[in-house]
Amino acid sequence: MTQAQKSNTILDAEIYNPLSLSRTLFSRGMTLIACFLTALAVLPLFAILYKILGEGLTHLSWEVLVSLPAPVGVEDQPNGFANAILGTALMVGIATLISVPIGVMTGIFLSEFGRENKAMANSIRFITVILSSVPSIVVGVFSYALIVVTTKAFSSLAGGFALGIIMLPVVALTTEQALKLVPTSYRLASAGLGGGRFQTIFRIIIPSALPTITTGILLAASRAAGETAPLIVTALSSQFWPPLVDKLGEIMQSPIGAETISKLKEIPETLLTPTPSMSVLIYSYASSPYKEQNELAWTAASVLLGMVLIASVASRTVTRKRLQNR
Amino acid sequence: MTNPSKKRKKVTRKSPEINTALDLTDTSGEGLWIESGFTMFVWAFALATAGTLFWISAIIFKDAWPAISNFGLSFLWNPKWDIGELQFGALPFIYGTVISSAIAIIIALPLGLSVAIVTSENFLPPWVRSPLGFMVELISAIPSVIVGLWGIFVLIPFLLPLQQSLFDNFSWFPLFSSEPLGPGMLPAGILLSIMILPTVAAISRDVLLSVPVDLRSASMSLGATRWETIFKLLLPAASSGIIGATILALGRALGETMAVTMVIGNSIQINQSLLAPSYSIPAVLASQFREALEPLHIGALMYLALILFVITLLVNAVAVLLVKLMGVKGAKN
Repeated sequence: MTQAQKSNTILDAEIYNPLSLSRTLFSRGMTLIACFLTALAVLPLFAILYKILGEGLTHLSWEVLVSLPAPVGVEDQPNGFANAILGTALMVGIATLISVPIGVMTGIFLSEFGRENKAMANSIRFITVILSSVPSIVVGVFSYALIVVTTKAFSSLAGGFALGIIMLPVVALTTEQALKLVPTSYRLASAGLGGGRFQTIFRIIIPSALPTITTGILLAASRAAGETAPLIVTALSSQFWPPLVDKLGEIMQSPIGAETISKLKEIPETLLTPTPSMSVLIYSYASSPYKEQNELAWTAASVLLGMVLIASVASRTVTRKRLQNR
Repeated sequence: MTNPSKKRKKVTRKSPEINTALDLTDTSGEGLWIESGFTMFVWAFALATAGTLFWISAIIFKDAWPAISNFGLSFLWNPKWDIGELQFGALPFIYGTVISSAIAIIIALPLGLSVAIVTSENFLPPWVRSPLGFMVELISAIPSVIVGLWGIFVLIPFLLPLQQSLFDNFSWFPLFSSEPLGPGMLPAGILLSIMILPTVAAISRDVLLSVPVDLRSASMSLGATRWETIFKLLLPAASSGIIGATILALGRALGETMAVTMVIGNSIQINQSLLAPSYSIPAVLASQFREALEPLHIGALMYLALILFVITLLVNAVAVLLVKLMGVKGAKN
């Protein structure tokens, strides 16, 4: 065998089997490990969903959604958390009223006015991103110091205000993203037809970005609905209907006249009382020693999680679709 | 030619055909008022959003002042927290916050990185990959109180035998030197790792995807295997972004309140064992604010909130800047 033939067989071996055994094993092994760890990472999601569907949906009924919490130990009374659903809706509503105007305007600034004030827009964007990462309990403490201390009452106003601060940066950043998806040619066309900046933004850009902005707001609101920490230090909880609900009921029933107006004047006061919410109810029922309250915590969790996940999945698919369409 | 303003009136009111004489330099129209008013509004609201951050810090600092002037910086390393004697120190809470977050990072980093690699590489078909990434991101949408509920009723009972066997076999090791009760530092850390995993995974994935394709083509064409490319090229190239993602996740872990409050055991003592109950800054804020009556107690809680605020602010600022260095959008979530 000549030297040339020898090197030829080695070359053959290298062509047909280029990788040494150790490198192949390393590569395969790492792939296995990575897939295993990924499966491990997804496991909690399934565990949580499984438990919530199992525990929560078995006790879910119409009665639970429309009745007040029954006193512990009372068997013959319907037990539910309707007041907490309304309380959450009330506070998320207040939060939306606070955060949407400011947030959308900030988004417009970042996207439309940021072009000529790059440095300013960058610093405001940076601060907004930082604001979105402030721990929610710190926002709650801030709202406590600002509203609970001055009005001397734990209230839905303070809770809604805290949730509004939490929603604000999310609304601002998603609005900016939504506006950036609108093609520049729209802006140029509007300007070419003599549209001012106000007209361009409100007649052209906002309408075409509206679906994305709305899903952003929905996502922010659903996140706010799940917040607990700021509500514990601001809104507390209660066993009764949020007072605003009672007051609105009275107004609906009373004849229109002076009485209605005097009742309308009482509405601000009704915002200054402790208010129940889904998340605080889950928190307090989770650590309760009574089994029926634990079960109710699971049911409330399934309702809350259902709302949050639907909003989240819906908004993600809508934004994803819009991103792909471009 | 007479007075131009007079002429303009005539044009708009009466005869549209002389519109060619329109004065384009005119600055008195109603449209311009809307325009400048709108600009002012947008500026004002944008500044209001940015100002909120400073407003929060000012208010909390103001309310923390009684405690700051009373205890000074020694508050940070004073281990005593006694409401009756009005003696307040932050050490037990700082310790609990830092250790539970550290456990969370140690667990979440390898898991999150593998999710990022698996969802950005192509060894799984796309129909598996994208739902996988989606599912991990869904974890971040679950309200933390629900994760806490799951922690109390599922995770703690599941971990208890494991903790017990750790104690039985390794009680000579300081980290496992106390009888497990159920709630404690370890369950809190594990629960936190579940909650911060999506942050690590999503941002690391974006960073990995933003590494230029040319680089990996070059590496593969020189004969490197997939994992050699990942370890020697992708991870080093994406390192600043991955570190940023980890720090961002750390920021979330430090401030996470409900899940930790529900499983950490809320006990004001520093115990080196991970099986012992502990406390964290957010947990003590959530559980003591409602009952705080003494101004000094409220002040001490505000001081704790200020510490948490400053730490998370610094951590997040560093993280956002690091991720920005990689030019990735993911930091915004």
